[in-house]
Amino acid sequence: MSNASTVWRFRQPSVLPGFGLALGFTIAYLSLIVLIPLSGVGVRAAALGWDGFWAMVTDERTVKALQVSFGTSLIAAFVNVVFGTLVAWVLVRYRFPGRRLIDAAVDLPFALPTAVAGIALAAIYAPNGWIGSLLAPLGIKVAFTPVGIVVALIFVGLPFVVRTVQPVMEEIDRDVEEAAATLGANRFQTITRIILPSLTPAILTGFGLAFARAVGEYGSVIFIAGNIPYVSEIAPLLIVIRLEEFDYAGATAIAAIMLVISFFMLFAINLVQAWNRRRYGYGS
Amino acid sequence: MDVSIRNVRKEFDRFPALRNVSLDIHSGELIALLGPSGSGKTTLLRLIAGLETPTEGSIFFGAEDASMKSVQERNVGFVFQQYALFRHMTVAENIGFGLKVRKGNARPPKEEIRKRALELLDLVQLSGLENRYPNQLSGGQRQRVALARAMAIEPRVLLLDEPFGALDAQVRRELRRWLREIHDATGHTTVFVTHDQEEALELADRVVVMSQGRIEQVGTADDAYDRPNSPFVYGFIGDSSELPVRVEGGQVWLADRTVGLSVENVPDGNASLYFRPHDITLLDGCGGCIAGTVAASRRVAGTRRVELEVGGAQYRVEIELPVDHPAKEQSRIAFRPNRWKLFPEQQGASVQSG
Repeated sequence: MSNASTVWRFRQPSVLPGFGLALGFTIAYLSLIVLIPLSGVGVRAAALGWDGFWAMVTDERTVKALQVSFGTSLIAAFVNVVFGTLVAWVLVRYRFPGRRLIDAAVDLPFALPTAVAGIALAAIYAPNGWIGSLLAPLGIKVAFTPVGIVVALIFVGLPFVVRTVQPVMEEIDRDVEEAAATLGANRFQTITRIILPSLTPAILTGFGLAFARAVGEYGSVIFIAGNIPYVSEIAPLLIVIRLEEFDYAGATAIAAIMLVISFFMLFAINLVQAWNRRRYGYGS
Repeated sequence: MDVSIRNVRKEFDRFPALRNVSLDIHSGELIALLGPSGSGKTTLLRLIAGLETPTEGSIFFGAEDASMKSVQERNVGFVFQQYALFRHMTVAENIGFGLKVRKGNARPPKEEIRKRALELLDLVQLSGLENRYPNQLSGGQRQRVALARAMAIEPRVLLLDEPFGALDAQVRRELRRWLREIHDATGHTTVFVTHDQEEALELADRVVVMSQGRIEQVGTADDAYDRPNSPFVYGFIGDSSELPVRVEGGQVWLADRTVGLSVENVPDGNASLYFRPHDITLLDGCGGCIAGTVAASRRVAGTRRVELEVGGAQYRVEIELPVDHPAKEQSRIAFRPNRWKLFPEQQGASVQSG
């Protein structure tokens, strides 16, 4: 018991100064900006009582909205992982005229008001739009369906994947690829067995960010989704609808369940990351 | 596998990295490419591996022209200075990688690959570490794994690019001896690049001294040390002192004094005199000698190294004295090199030595 090494300490000794100040500031800041507003959601939802809350959450329209929200977000995040990694690959590996322009364009979804993006996408993918008119004869409807939601979410999530994968890809040693080549691996084997596995942590992070962003997205989606209840109505929109009906409790119930689901999904991604890190370690 | 490099030239963006290099490597030999950075030694190694393609010339593996073959087809084992291990694979998976990526019938079954990996791990004296990841190993261990991985594909040639460059001195010496043992046991034709002459001279059957994209000399350690064929090799291998001298009537002159060395068949004119600091005789009087005043002296292991200012402080040469020699700063010392080499200034003139 008295063995010094077994004594639990709140803080490991360190030569770096300012631990108390930095931690205090972090907690105060996080509380003001994130924790207190979000706990408001919990408090409001609690006012419903467990049965009231459960009734709200299991309401069919709510369930459908949640399914649409998380389903489309997952699909969009998967698509972004594939295409975002590809975009990062092109930007990192090749030198061509206009590379910097493309590099800059990747960030545009960050800067553009998402409503603008939604209107633009809706105009293009509507049955009489540029691309929509090409797809319509094939019987494919994009705008005003869940497919349209996915398109909008891909748009807003793309930079997250590109910007997390790109720097890691830049740091891949040429040596490692050359080593694989001298061992007889062809290009395809080198990419699938060497490069992609070493990008896994970055891709996972990008996936998590793109997914989180998509779940919370509102502006761009409502213009392209058509917002048909039970079909293409997303949970954030349902929250707004409940608010407009002055059903504050209902709105917070949906918000609370979204928070819980999102938290656990992001937590799971972080666990996978930590496991990954323990296995392969950082540095050389 | 004999490797023959024939008139190879390599340019990077019109900058010549190798100029017309030819070299024959015999089967089973351990060869060192030695030179300062920028001498083209790594480029030559990468050309043999197929990681670069020559601008001109060809490379033969045995009787077969390998110049146009891809890296994958050449079947060479390559060891990188920074190990280049696959971080997401265990040690055993790293070693087995080369066998695992083979196609169809050439790929051994899973247990066979594992067995082979364990055997190699045993050879590099790392048994028991097969399930570790590279980041759980020390630098020396990682380099051993890298070597085992390179040997797993039964390469025709083993190529090592500054294999011990990233390790500390102690581990380096250990691995050097160990690499020699492995080479003797397996008999792979091996080429390694180094800028450490001690490493090259100690380890290699033959040393290839390179400078500025050219091969200066190819030979055994004795050849390179005792019979250097150019001022560069003399200066690069081992310690040496150089003095600008003049040849007049078969005698070597330093400023207005004769050094006491005579040469034959050397035209009159300027030349450079090279000798080893330890290979000198101290003289009492100076009837034909090199004389100078002591500018600095320092103790090096069992001897004392003295810097002499010669010819009115114009030049500095280093010589070795017994530790108990009474020379202090500013005292005058006269000596004559026992063995030396004279490189006349004009191109094409013959080299004289004694």
